Amino acid sequence: MSLVLEGVTYRYAGAATKALQSVDLTLQPGRVVGLVGSNGSGKSTLCSCAVGLAPNAIGGTLDGRVTIDGLETSGTPMYKLVQHAGILFQDSATQITSGASSVWEEISFGPRNLSLPRNEVIDRTWRAIDALRLTEIVERDPSRLSGGQAQLVALAAVLALGPRYLVLDEPTSQLDPLGTRLVGETLAEAARATGVGILIAEHKTDLLAMLCDEIVVIASGKVVARGHAREVLADPSMHEWGVSAPADIALREAVAVAELEWQSEWL
Amino acid sequence: MAVIATSGIGLATEELSFTYPDGTRALTSVSLEIPAGSRIAIIGQNGSGKSTLVRHFNGLLRATTGRVLVDGTPVGRRHVADLARLVGISFQNPDRQIFSGRVRAEVAFGARNVGLRGAALDQRVNGALEAVGLAQQADANPYDLGFSERKLLALASILAMGTPAIVLDEPTTGQDANGVQRVKDVIGQLAREGRTVVAISHDMAFVAEAFERVAVLRDGELVLDDTVNEAFGEDNWPILESTYLEPPLPARLGARLGLGSTPTTAAFVAALVARSGSVG
Repeated sequence: MSLVLEGVTYRYAGAATKALQSVDLTLQPGRVVGLVGSNGSGKSTLCSCAVGLAPNAIGGTLDGRVTIDGLETSGTPMYKLVQHAGILFQDSATQITSGASSVWEEISFGPRNLSLPRNEVIDRTWRAIDALRLTEIVERDPSRLSGGQAQLVALAAVLALGPRYLVLDEPTSQLDPLGTRLVGETLAEAARATGVGILIAEHKTDLLAMLCDEIVVIASGKVVARGHAREVLADPSMHEWGVSAPADIALREAVAVAELEWQSEWL
Repeated sequence: MAVIATSGIGLATEELSFTYPDGTRALTSVSLEIPAGSRIAIIGQNGSGKSTLVRHFNGLLRATTGRVLVDGTPVGRRHVADLARLVGISFQNPDRQIFSGRVRAEVAFGARNVGLRGAALDQRVNGALEAVGLAQQADANPYDLGFSERKLLALASILAMGTPAIVLDEPTTGQDANGVQRVKDVIGQLAREGRTVVAISHDMAFVAEAFERVAVLRDGELVLDDTVNEAFGEDNWPILESTYLEPPLPARLGARLGLGSTPTTAAFVAALVARSGSVG
């Protein structure tokens, strides 16, 4: 049981070049895989392919196979796929339903549409609200939130769906340091307690170093490195791939460049 | 970079308070002076009033009480069109400001509105596109660009206006390492031209590296306004912590090693080199 991309090559409709080329990736339940790469490298495309939005909803051509717990995404209708894998878009404004009258309604929209029993809907909604500390804004109009609040609400809405796999495209881009930490803790806890498998595309490598079991690096649509999070993030080629090193690794490098010795007890 | 050299103008608020129509109090008696040609970063939690504050500088919001001064004149006495020539604001969400069908047209819109025409306009537009690295995409549709590129496009549109003061609301959001470097370079260039730069950011390393001063907002109140060195220095950590901010790693490590205030990696390494030199 896993979310698996096997030799996935994807081309957007009408595009001259391939957005992804021969990508292999396995996301196991309870694991957190970080996806890094420069802007335009294919991170968002990979996210769309992983949950079946590409090609099912947005067209284009996909070669290779994407399976979610054995279910092949090509040819499986979206309403079935969303019960297995949830996605958080990069721009949360595109995710907010704009039909809900309150944050509570917004977050419960997904569970209600899964035809779950009423108590289960209420329970899931409050659990997501509590996890991301949104209690104070449950009555607010979702279309009038700050960028950071909207991003947390969108994440809560996806969490409330209770998917087995969660694909997150830059979930903390609009968040302050506290919000970023909160998301990191919530995701770590979700992976541990509920066994959800999480694929997270992020530029904040400090967060990834803390959260991820594995990091996958893509450049021009191809996987160029993968492995243990801290080892991959310390790879000197990261600069070339448009990825900033976590703060402690960057500092170590700078100290080495100045030909000084790094003392391990400093951190 | 062909961005026009203009000298900066000062911006200031005097006991500025602002309450939204729904009764939400966003700012309480904020007095902040931003000298002409300075670079200041405004930091604080989501919802602390940062965006509300900067929207007063071009008249998008009007003070409930207190005053806002642009180039020494209260904004209440200036026409919004005049303010637009003086203060350019790039929003947090680029889609709130992008509307043209072509990247070039988008960048030219503001510049044309402040009176540029012909070769001068072209030069300004090309300079701005080059500065943000979008020269190759000049004929693309803005909505075919990725989010991070649309952010850079919004920045280019503001640069092209050549305003003496520029306000950037979270300019590095969604940018990769190269994008962040571009934004830093643009700010450095604006500073060399003597323009005033105000930016909101959650990225403390970026703040330490690209700005001279830091203002901290907490629940709508200004709780710290100092140089980068002082603001991230140990004495001010309790204030930062009170609003869940953490100084950049080099600052924390520098303090632990007794190196003084070293908010950037460069400052940390320099202090370390100086110490090892004096010891050895």
